[in-house]
Amino acid sequence: MKPFDYQRAHGLGDAGQLLVADGAKPIAGGTNLLDLMKLEVETPTALVDVNRLPLGGITEHGEGLHIGALVSNSACAADPRVRADYPVLARAILAGATFQLRNKATTGGNLCQRTRCYYFYDLSQSCNKREPGTGCAAIGGFNRIHAILGASDACIATYPGDMAVALSALDATVEIVDAKGDKRMVPVRDFHRLPGDTPERDNILEPGDVITGVVLPAPAGGTQLYRKVRDRASYAFALVSVAAVIHVEEGKIAKARLAFGGLAHKPWHDARVEALLEGEAPSDALFDQAAALLLDEARGQGSNDFKIPLTRRTLKAVLREATGGTL
Amino acid sequence: MTRLYTMDKPDDRNRLDAMAQGIIGRPLDRPDGSAKTSGVAPYAAEYKIADCAEGVLVLATISRGEVIEIESDPVLAMPGVLAVIADPRMITRSAQGGAGKSPVREIHKVDYFGQPVALVVAETFEQARDAATRLRIAYRADDPAKVPLDSEDSHAAHEPFGDPVQQGNLDAAMRDAAHAVDVTYTTEGHASAAMEPHASIAEWDGNTLTAHSSLQMLKYNQKELADALGIKPEQVRLISPYVGGGFGSKLGISAELTAAAVAAIELGRPVRVVMSRQQVFQTVMRRSETRQRIRLAADAEGKLNGFGHEAWVSNLPGEKFAEPVTQASEFLYRGEHRTLRIDLARIHRMTAGSVRAPGEAVGMQCLEAAMDELALTSGIDPVELRLRNIPEQHPSEGLPYSSRRFAESLKVGAERFGWDGSDRRPLQRREGEWWIGTGMATACRVHNLNEAQAKVTLAADGTAVVESDMTDIGTGTYTVLGQIAGEMLGLPPEKVLVQLGDTRFPPGAGSGGSWGAASTGSAVFAACEAIREQLAQQLGVDEADLTLKDGEAITGNRRIPFTELLKADLTETGHFKNGGIDEKFAIAMYGAFFVEVGVNAYTGETRVRRMTGAFGLGRALNEKTATSQCLGGMVWGIGSALTEELVFDPRDGHLVNHDLAEYHVPVNADVPALDVVLVDERDPAGSPLQAKGVGELGICGAAGAIANAIHHACGVRVRSFPITPDKLLEQLPEV
Amino acid sequence: MPITINGVDHELDVDPRTSLLDFLRRDAGLTGTKKGCDHGQCGACTVLLNGQRINSCLTLAVMHDGDSVTTIEGLGTPDAPHPLQAAFVRHDGYQCGYCTPGQICSAKAMLDEIAAGWTSYVSDDVAGTPKLSEDEIRERMSGNVCRCGAYSNIVAAISEVAEAQA
Repeated sequence: MKPFDYQRAHGLGDAGQLLVADGAKPIAGGTNLLDLMKLEVETPTALVDVNRLPLGGITEHGEGLHIGALVSNSACAADPRVRADYPVLARAILAGATFQLRNKATTGGNLCQRTRCYYFYDLSQSCNKREPGTGCAAIGGFNRIHAILGASDACIATYPGDMAVALSALDATVEIVDAKGDKRMVPVRDFHRLPGDTPERDNILEPGDVITGVVLPAPAGGTQLYRKVRDRASYAFALVSVAAVIHVEEGKIAKARLAFGGLAHKPWHDARVEALLEGEAPSDALFDQAAALLLDEARGQGSNDFKIPLTRRTLKAVLREATGGTL
Repeated sequence: MTRLYTMDKPDDRNRLDAMAQGIIGRPLDRPDGSAKTSGVAPYAAEYKIADCAEGVLVLATISRGEVIEIESDPVLAMPGVLAVIADPRMITRSAQGGAGKSPVREIHKVDYFGQPVALVVAETFEQARDAATRLRIAYRADDPAKVPLDSEDSHAAHEPFGDPVQQGNLDAAMRDAAHAVDVTYTTEGHASAAMEPHASIAEWDGNTLTAHSSLQMLKYNQKELADALGIKPEQVRLISPYVGGGFGSKLGISAELTAAAVAAIELGRPVRVVMSRQQVFQTVMRRSETRQRIRLAADAEGKLNGFGHEAWVSNLPGEKFAEPVTQASEFLYRGEHRTLRIDLARIHRMTAGSVRAPGEAVGMQCLEAAMDELALTSGIDPVELRLRNIPEQHPSEGLPYSSRRFAESLKVGAERFGWDGSDRRPLQRREGEWWIGTGMATACRVHNLNEAQAKVTLAADGTAVVESDMTDIGTGTYTVLGQIAGEMLGLPPEKVLVQLGDTRFPPGAGSGGSWGAASTGSAVFAACEAIREQLAQQLGVDEADLTLKDGEAITGNRRIPFTELLKADLTETGHFKNGGIDEKFAIAMYGAFFVEVGVNAYTGETRVRRMTGAFGLGRALNEKTATSQCLGGMVWGIGSALTEELVFDPRDGHLVNHDLAEYHVPVNADVPALDVVLVDERDPAGSPLQAKGVGELGICGAAGAIANAIHHACGVRVRSFPITPDKLLEQLPEV
Repeated sequence: MPITINGVDHELDVDPRTSLLDFLRRDAGLTGTKKGCDHGQCGACTVLLNGQRINSCLTLAVMHDGDSVTTIEGLGTPDAPHPLQAAFVRHDGYQCGYCTPGQICSAKAMLDEIAAGWTSYVSDDVAGTPKLSEDEIRERMSGNVCRCGAYSNIVAAISEVAEAQA
């Protein structure tokens, strides 16, 4: 870990000013940032502790909820309103990491979680995300956990989190305040980026930006599922995960919201798949069509080829379960 | 005085069962338990030593070549940095178990990606870690395309290893067999991944090097370190009373110890070096990956006429170890036509060495999966198939077996589990989205003994002290040595103090090869016998007529407390040696695993739902700690079956998954309620305690049982371990 | 403001890079909290921060002025053990002992979490009241790796204490 100036932000404006500086990074839970700083994958020169900002608490927001950026993952998943009205979110959070990590990890920080790509984590390997222009060692290497959708020649990393996948299915919004104090609202689905030729940027945050919260729209109802496929029963990142919010009315799928983890550089959302499902009676043929559409541009990198059939099969399980079919 | 006990014939006296104290075998709590559970037990890095500097190793980032230049100056200019050391006394590989001499020390020559090439020392850990990360090293790297990095690499040199068995004509037996199986299985490399990373604090007083270090076998480690430093073994003192797991990775010394020692000598102050978790993965021993061809030729009744087990493994050039994959295959099953061999490929990955149950851990799991294939082919219940193939005598060497609870384990385990081998057709049982299946496997592990000494003092105050440089790596050594001494000397366990893990004590067996308790325990036993004889002499009776119980000597109608009987402390050193008993008998531990798994019909995820292990491992010296060892082995079996694999990048040979996030050891949720049955046994050839090895048997074959259960559940036979969802997915029925 | 560890105040005058774990082990001299991976991948460093379990390796000491930390030494001692510490000994819920302090701190917090009604990934109804079962304990204790494989005994030890508390 390189030396850094430890600074504590006492107010939002304060935080924005401190974070505009070159090399400054915010720290909240620190569960991912310190992990990376110890390896010198992340080398901030100033660490701005935002933990004392008044960004805790879950409050009513219109018909939905506002989750403060500093609300811990545990607190969010334990909140009675989240559990009752947004079970897909509670389930997704509880699928990630461990109780210890979720007690420290925050809502804002978790959105900014960086990839688990082995090559990104290893300074002896080339990585365009860590050091732009050095190449991507994951391409042609061991890429079992890597992307099958939306990857580029520069980067095939995946976003590793679970919470954001559910937020994407729920069409939540990220609330951001910039260094000037101006607030803007960015849909979760637009928050994370695809790597393109600038994989060093995981998301749309600019220097000085502070995530202040996440806004959940009115409760979505329906059947809400989060299914995570992984190599061990707990404490492992997703190979593939599916967040689903499905309404069946009068024998037809009235509404389908789906997002996927483990497939891409961002929680994967494909409106075409939802449109295909909506208005149709649930059937295996329909689910197969949905999976085929979802994966029509999927491309394996070698060791992750299996994610294509795995996604297809997992989606089918989720859709069968959500529409009351037998597993 | 020293009492020598040479194990050259079975000890049929069964003395422990004739003693009066009644504590041997009982499930007593560990005496070290409260220190461990309250956090006061000190592990190697945790000694408070004044003025201790902190060292961090720097690892090579090429697979083969030379260090041309270490750019020390910029790092030395950083705050707190004291030294950058690359010294010819520093080892660059871990020592093999029992080496007793320094491993390779060519600090400027790189033989594998992740090899230590320097140590950075600073006032604080934070300073040293940063400086070590930033240290620039210039290499002359060999073209990775020409460096053999994989056993299948065309550049890799292959050599036969050990003594192959070639008996009869296996090819002909296969041709003539009513039922034959000829299959090739693979296993990937494994890491020990003990929870305590390798750690040492070294101090040098100008003459003696004292090190607190995390080690399994101090008597060898002392010589290894002395050899590396060019000093005499008497100038080295090692202290390891608590060891946070070993599993083979601490059998020999590792790079952090010599680095700390050299730095302490050079800087004239104590130096602590703790490997990071990533470094433990990259530079400490691995279990070799294996490829195993298994050929089984059976008659119509399933009796084996031919048996072949050929294995391909790897190691670094110069290493004298090859994963002994076929060790148990030599004597486990019948079959007069036999071919057994091991072929070693020389490749550039970190040293391959002993990881829990070297040989059987991966050999048995593949053999037992192949046996399941034979059971299916022949239509014979897998338990029955094994029962039919228990040989009368060692199939190659003609030796008799010592006590063997093989058949009993199969039967007891089957009964306990509720085994039904009548319908082995797959895809028969479905619960929701899960295919359910059962499987079984034999457990087998050779019994090893090692020379050991232990000093026992029966003090005039009626207490006893046992001392040995033996270690307790979690196995329960403190507990069982105390129970042996207490039983032999007639003392309740709280009156016996066991002191371990210091080279100032007599050299024990060390913790390795499952030999620790039986060997060091036998040294304790011998010392106690000598003390009993002295007591008998004082009382003027035959030692055999002497009863010791609760701190009293009882003979005839006399009861005399030790506190009255003893005018001074009685001290004896027991010295136990293997006198070749294993050349007269085939001695091993046996058992059986029974497993029920669920395989997710959609995702190929496997969950072990329940698992029973029945084990005959000689006398259990403590039923509780022996059971725990078996439980641990079964957990390793789950890891070996489903999740654990070292992944190397074929392009540069680096270990890709070098941390606990990506090398998946089983977590609590992976492990169902496990059931262990200890089948009652006394093996007079195992040791004078009638005990044999315990720590490794629980893994030997366990993964095979899981593989067999997976096949029974979903019909997919995966011949490459671990059986991860992607491998099952290819062949699972469409959903 | 100082940090309070097991009821004792400690000044935080350290290199900002110091993890809470290293602060506990070095500066506060409390080595019962273990370093197994230093990256939040094993749980050996689990302590209670203001009553909640966390990985002390993944937070900086300087971030915790005014906070209260309980380590294994604060839960109980060899002479006056916490019921969980005693149960781990009785059930042999450990072997090498290195993950043990983290397991026990984790178990303490876990029982509190269940009492507070927190559900887990294996709870049938995420909005309901969690029931203490072996599967719940296994999932909730999965952040503490035990390479010796003492999981069955760990679950037995925790179950016993939980039942006694119920």
